[in-house]
Amino acid sequence: MSQEAAVAGKAPFTPDRSLFTRFNVIAGIIVIIGLVITILRFSGGLATVTNLDDNYPWGIWIGFDLMAGVALAAGGFVTSAAVYVFGMKRYHSAVRPAILTGFLGYALVVVALHYDVGRPWRLPYPFIMQQGTTSLLFEVAACVALYLTVLFVEFSSAPLEWLGLKKARNIVVRLTILLTIFGVVLSTLHQSSLGALFLIAPSKLHPLWYSGYLPVFFFISSIIAGLSMVIFESTLSHRYFAHKMDETHLREKEGVALGFGKAASLVLAGYFAIKVIGISVDNNWHLLGTCYGAWFLVELLGFVALPCFLYAVGVRDKNLTLIKWTSGLTVFGVALNRLNVCLIAFNWHLPSDEKYFPHWMEIGISVFVVTLGIIVFRFIVTRMPILYEHPDYKDGH
Amino acid sequence: MDVFYTLQDFMTYTKGVTYLLMAAILLGMAGFWCFLTDRDEDE
Repeated sequence: MSQEAAVAGKAPFTPDRSLFTRFNVIAGIIVIIGLVITILRFSGGLATVTNLDDNYPWGIWIGFDLMAGVALAAGGFVTSAAVYVFGMKRYHSAVRPAILTGFLGYALVVVALHYDVGRPWRLPYPFIMQQGTTSLLFEVAACVALYLTVLFVEFSSAPLEWLGLKKARNIVVRLTILLTIFGVVLSTLHQSSLGALFLIAPSKLHPLWYSGYLPVFFFISSIIAGLSMVIFESTLSHRYFAHKMDETHLREKEGVALGFGKAASLVLAGYFAIKVIGISVDNNWHLLGTCYGAWFLVELLGFVALPCFLYAVGVRDKNLTLIKWTSGLTVFGVALNRLNVCLIAFNWHLPSDEKYFPHWMEIGISVFVVTLGIIVFRFIVTRMPILYEHPDYKDGH
Repeated sequence: MDVFYTLQDFMTYTKGVTYLLMAAILLGMAGFWCFLTDRDEDE
């Protein structure tokens, strides 16, 4: 595809294409249902649409949308650090898609958070009314707010190029290294702090998942999630948006998959090692023979050790298909880890009739939020210079 | 399962096992690195 042909027009949609595609119809139904549930939640309260109670104040809106969402949006800081801090310019084509995925991920985390906390107008209160400086959650809120701002500024170069605002775009690009460093610092803080939130509940979280090293586990697994999401998103983008890609993107895609797969394999190996050390330090070997122990082994062996090995084999054999499937497995595994810590292994003492299972409307909101992300991603990628370099700025970044 | 009467006993045992595991992990990581980079083309 020529450079000129890859530049998208500014029209919202091409007039000769029907709106009623299969994707649009399904997404439209999900959005309508999501809006109805939204009205029910904010008019009727949490009890109307959730199965939350005093034992489980955090459900899948926190366990999946927030915890897994933040981990899976880590591709932004990982990719920009690799390119701008460690100088790996061969992965440059992956930066903008990763930043976009990260920006949308964090934005939707904040949207999902609104459903859980309610009273959206009070979101700035921790910064202007009463700071909880002894609270980890305050630090998470501050870091996520700042990092969302960093991601917005980093992403803004693409819409500025699309709108032809050269001066503003050049200012933003000059800030890249500063934003990248700031983003890495903020990400380290909040990714680990999300794990540290559970340090206060050693009796509630199952000993196999509870550890003094929870912050380290969450941070390392966020790097794994970020690397894998870049490969996963790149796979889907090549499947559905290949016509929007320029030659650089098409040429570099194999290198990105191999390089990120190799990095993910190494980090997974390290993560596996520190998880085993975590069991050893607390002498919890005997718990591996219990039901929860079996489930822990499913997570550790099936979604950490196995992807580590599969990534390594894929990189050795330059088997891109294996690497792509493994990225999906890894993404699922990190989401599973967050769900295990937040929901499944949480309150493990409780009898099964007091355990939490999400209401269908909670699942509906989670699906709605993810669908919103996909719709916005598609809108941006088909119009703005994300998967191609704008011809006016070819060597400008 | 061993019975630990003091924190000292517990820490001595668990730290001992952890140090042995760490040594095995360090050797394992070296081997894993060789496995991973075995077929890399010389850059």
